[in-house]
Amino acid sequence: MSEASPAKAYTLHLGVIALLFVLSFLLPEYYHGLLARIMVLAVFAMGYNMLFGYVGLLSLGHAMFFAAGLYGAGLAVIQLGWNVPLAFLGGIACGAVLALGIGLLALRTTGVAFMIVTMMFAQVFYLLILYFATWTGGDQGMVVPQPARVLSFGATALELTNPTVRYMTALALFSIVLLVTLAIVRSRYGRVLVAIRENEERTKMLGYDTFSNKLAAVVISGTICAASGAAYALLFGYVGSSFASVQYSILPLLWVLLGGAATTLGPLIGTLFMYYVIDITSGYTSAYLLIVGIALILLVLFFPKGILGSVRQRWLGWLP
Amino acid sequence: MADRNGFFDLSKTALTRRTALKGLAAGAGLTVAPGFVRYSQAQSSAPIKIGFQSHRTGIGAAYGRWYEKTTAAAVKAINAAGGINGRQVEVIIEDDGTDPGRGAEVVGKFATQHKTDIVFGTLFSHVVIGSAPAAGENKMPYFVVSEGHHVASTKLNRYVFQPGITDVKSQIQSMAPWIAANAGKKVTQIFPDFAFGYDHRDYLPPALKAQGAEVIAQIAIPPTESSFTKYFPQIPAETEVIYHVMVGPAVLTFVKELGEFYGSNRPQLFGFIDSLEATDINSPGLEFLDGSHFWEGSPRYAQADDSEAQKAYRAAVGIDDNGAAVGDPKDVSTAAHMFGCWETLYVVKKAMEDAGYKGPEDRAKLVEATEALTAFAEGPEHPQGPKTFNGKIHQCFGIQNISKVEGGKLKVVHKTKIEDGLYEAEGDYTTQAL
Repeated sequence: MSEASPAKAYTLHLGVIALLFVLSFLLPEYYHGLLARIMVLAVFAMGYNMLFGYVGLLSLGHAMFFAAGLYGAGLAVIQLGWNVPLAFLGGIACGAVLALGIGLLALRTTGVAFMIVTMMFAQVFYLLILYFATWTGGDQGMVVPQPARVLSFGATALELTNPTVRYMTALALFSIVLLVTLAIVRSRYGRVLVAIRENEERTKMLGYDTFSNKLAAVVISGTICAASGAAYALLFGYVGSSFASVQYSILPLLWVLLGGAATTLGPLIGTLFMYYVIDITSGYTSAYLLIVGIALILLVLFFPKGILGSVRQRWLGWLP
Repeated sequence: MADRNGFFDLSKTALTRRTALKGLAAGAGLTVAPGFVRYSQAQSSAPIKIGFQSHRTGIGAAYGRWYEKTTAAAVKAINAAGGINGRQVEVIIEDDGTDPGRGAEVVGKFATQHKTDIVFGTLFSHVVIGSAPAAGENKMPYFVVSEGHHVASTKLNRYVFQPGITDVKSQIQSMAPWIAANAGKKVTQIFPDFAFGYDHRDYLPPALKAQGAEVIAQIAIPPTESSFTKYFPQIPAETEVIYHVMVGPAVLTFVKELGEFYGSNRPQLFGFIDSLEATDINSPGLEFLDGSHFWEGSPRYAQADDSEAQKAYRAAVGIDDNGAAVGDPKDVSTAAHMFGCWETLYVVKKAMEDAGYKGPEDRAKLVEATEALTAFAEGPEHPQGPKTFNGKIHQCFGIQNISKVEGGKLKVVHKTKIEDGLYEAEGDYTTQAL
């Protein structure tokens, strides 16, 4: 992999952000709303990619970080009456603290054991949501009231239920996380993460504290996922336990694998691809998951590194 | 108005009375011209589009399939009778995967892509709650057939209605008088440890207490449990009635193990048929249920005193006397719930006609017209029975059936009164802005 000049890398990413901005004015109403949702969930995938793609740690429990943000923000509004910015920060903080705790425990394992331990923790988190149904709404979940979903700046109030406001808020979150991710992977710290992924023992011998670096990566990853969850609760108004189920731990893995692990734009491509395949095929058959499965098999066979991963391998070696 | 050179001259466009009259006459003539008539008819005769949010896949698939069949039958009957406001009804189906996230997307898709007039038909509570914000934001009337208490709790929004099936709080409350009078005064509840079970956990004790009976033990079973024997010793010896609402595939194991635990000397059993919807009551392992009682919204088996409306409804939907698909006795229906689709569509028809509904611009009028409804008489449009409707909480209240398992069939032994299930309103949707 050759190294892209900073200008080239940032131009590409800013170009993608600009394209998404322009699309806001061009897309039909339905796809406009869908893309807002996809951008929020692509942030979830970017958080997952940070750990899976760059550190090589395969977690099957990231739904708990997404759900920590979702419930952190949602409950802050519903139960505590916090305003949107505070609730959003509260959701992120929940995810960060949870990721720190889980990281400290789960990073004592590696490989398959790490996968199982994260899955078990996520299952505990999921069952806790059901157990404390009085506050969490259990398996039915809760609605974040529409009047509370307002961003106020002095006398100006922006309703997050307005499609344009929602799209632009999702785009703002997506853009910030994309640029932060790009900055991290291009930084010295990002290279250490890749070194750990490639050969942890050698990295240790070079004098790096791999545990601390991995722990930081878990926290960053969990925090990004929580930001996505918090945004989801506030933008779309629903907080529910299905988002903490194992399905939502597997989904970001699929999105990242499809788009290209360890590529900064891969999570967006993967999430977009999956969403559109499901949306289009479900219009023709109730066996749409079969088609999704076949599409996944074909992709793995012909693009084993995912869409952008294969593009990088074959044509654009400089892609970050 | 053209000058002598043939150019259009704005300075000479002052209208004379004669010109104005000519123009008006020409305009009036155009409106009655054949081309315009065709256009008007095309506008007014365009079908009313109903977005059906169906559980085609996921945990609710068995319900989804029968909800679709009932909906298709109701729409066929409505269209054959002239449609709604003279317009045919078209149903557009989207699968929500029984997932609340996808459910919200589907509601958005109906509103912004299919541009349906309403969204209809959702059953599972978490999908309803997950989709409700999207319905409210899109100002899309959302008619659910869920039986959950979430609509009547007034925690959703003004666009969500449940006018075709009684909610679970009312159902439970209306069971209490019969249980206390006929089954026993000391009741032990066994329920799944999640929301469906919590409705029963929370609403049954006060209802029984009001009837002079009591819940002496509540046993919550984790949703992940696959064997139940270890919980049965927790059932107090003095229990006269076991009230069970286990759901999902585990119910067969639950009943079998309960039978092994008690043998022939068991307390009375009372359950909600939700546990066994789309399941043959004669399945191996369910023999222990013989002689026990169940709640049924609408009876699965044809009854001797079925009304003509009930018979016509069953024939239209295509279920035989055993509540299975005509021609396929193994395809057991979800009869206790699916009538709600039929009745909801007739409520929509009534409300649209009352509102003079013409298109999506009249959605607010449709909401107000629905809220103004108060009662639905038993008949072809409401074959399950009469109902009252509370427009403030967007919820209907109907009669309930208590059926006994006898000779491998469910026989209705008691019908509750509407008043048995009424409760104080917990809020008022009509105070919310449209």
